[in-house]
Amino acid sequence: MSSMQFGIFSVGDLTVDPTNGSIPTENEKFKALVAIAKKVEDIGGDVFAVGEHHDSGFVPPSISTLHAFIAAQTERLILSTSIAHITTNDPVKMAEDYATLQHLSDGRVDLVLGRGNTAQVYPWFGKDPSKGVELTIENYQLLRRLWDEDVVNWEGSFRTPLQGFTSIPRPLDGVAPFVWHGSIRTPEVAEIAAYYGDGYFANNIFWPKEHYIRLINFYRQRYEHYGHGTPEQAIVGLGGQFFMRKNSQDAVNEFRPYFDNAPVYGHGPSLEDFQAQTPLTVGSPQEVIEKTLSFADFFGDYQRQMFLVDHAGLPLKTVLEQLDLLGEILPTLRAEFDARRPAAVPDAPTHANRVAARDAALAAESAQVDA
Amino acid sequence: MTSVVAISSGLSESSSTRRLADRLVESFGRQFGDASIELVTLRELAHDIVDATLTGFASPRLQDVIDKVTAADGLIVVTPIYKASYPGLFKSFIDALDTDAVIGKPVLLGATGGTARHSLAIDHTLRPLFAYLQALVVPTGVYASTYDWGAEGTNALDSRVDRAAGELSSLLKGAGTGRARDDEFDLFSDTFRSISQGPTPGA
Repeated sequence: MSSMQFGIFSVGDLTVDPTNGSIPTENEKFKALVAIAKKVEDIGGDVFAVGEHHDSGFVPPSISTLHAFIAAQTERLILSTSIAHITTNDPVKMAEDYATLQHLSDGRVDLVLGRGNTAQVYPWFGKDPSKGVELTIENYQLLRRLWDEDVVNWEGSFRTPLQGFTSIPRPLDGVAPFVWHGSIRTPEVAEIAAYYGDGYFANNIFWPKEHYIRLINFYRQRYEHYGHGTPEQAIVGLGGQFFMRKNSQDAVNEFRPYFDNAPVYGHGPSLEDFQAQTPLTVGSPQEVIEKTLSFADFFGDYQRQMFLVDHAGLPLKTVLEQLDLLGEILPTLRAEFDARRPAAVPDAPTHANRVAARDAALAAESAQVDA
Repeated sequence: MTSVVAISSGLSESSSTRRLADRLVESFGRQFGDASIELVTLRELAHDIVDATLTGFASPRLQDVIDKVTAADGLIVVTPIYKASYPGLFKSFIDALDTDAVIGKPVLLGATGGTARHSLAIDHTLRPLFAYLQALVVPTGVYASTYDWGAEGTNALDSRVDRAAGELSSLLKGAGTGRARDDEFDLFSDTFRSISQGPTPGA
């Protein structure tokens, strides 16, 4: 594995294919997500993530269940979230579910945590939507302690207190899943990531880069402030989206009806304007390479690049073809990113390198005691 | 330098809304003195505004205008009144601003319409909107109907324009609105003087 990870993230949306009016059933979409995940591993990708949703029109409310099924059918793939709700889930159950997944997958799990993007989920889970930031802060503080401390005494505002509680299973090898914090508009979330020395993920798909540059630079500065390293050493992940065909104009022609009717930006700006203003690339593999490499110019060298490919009603067959094309450009992307990357920028987090780092820190500590 | 942005929400190329905005800008400039004044017409941004309501982000040229409005010291806002209120495009532009974009800013409100029957629309629709935005709206709103542009109405419109622009100017100079209640027993008022300067009684 190179120092940077590449993967696919999905929101698991059930969207009508505008070219033929068909819409996948929930069962078909689940099977499609599994097929996409396995394909990511086949093409040499590193990560597959899905976003937690509880609204109808989306399929994956229970990510750890889906990921356990995928983990059983893959060897190398890291399974992640895009995002998992830190606001409305009970941190105790999250600690249990994702530690279970960590054991079953032999450490191939990390999390991107976020507030969620629809307010109605809060009351569905008995929470107050106006308390999103407070819930994020308190729930993550608890999740952190449940994984990092064997016995927890805890009292907060949003759930019943815990006395002498041990969250099981304990994290694999004593190292909890790596956590990224994802936000598109909440600077407090970037502050949480910086405070704990965790990763920060910017979805980077729907809005102009300037918006994310501000959040990522803030996170990098605060990461240094809290003593975890230089701003350049902070752990950054980005989203992106593309539609590729060998011939650029074929990509535009094929993708345009999906773009024009897409749930998020359809019936608005033209495909051309949206491409000029956001990270979306519709074109040849070379154009996707160039646009993707430009991200490091804007956001600094970073650790993880995720792409959204299965949205807007695109059929599974097309999505898998997109992944084949991604597989063809991955070696170039890895080589080019590595070539520009200063030695001081850390590799993307994996369970193995985090266990090694923990062991090295312990060894250094005991050497100091012995001396 | 003090900066003022004037927003004209008229939808036709040569609109009375734009004319009223020009009058307010001219009067403000004359009374305030050295200020940077920029006039923005929303018609040119119509597609960008609709796109922004769908995508949640502004195109570069809409963002440029939003940034100018947010950075301005004061605003002159003029819109036509359609169907008893401001047009949807105007509201969509306001919706594209950050919630706190105009907090505390002095704002002069102007509106235009076919007849004077809509003149309270400034107070019934625009003032509540800018109250929500926590702007500081100047006391005089300027409504111009089609008849105000005729010979007879021009002087009255001019005096309302000057009064409102004077209030904005005075607020931006930190001198309050520059307005006070008239003393109805003021023997030196124009009205009283017109009596005593009339024909001599019994002559």
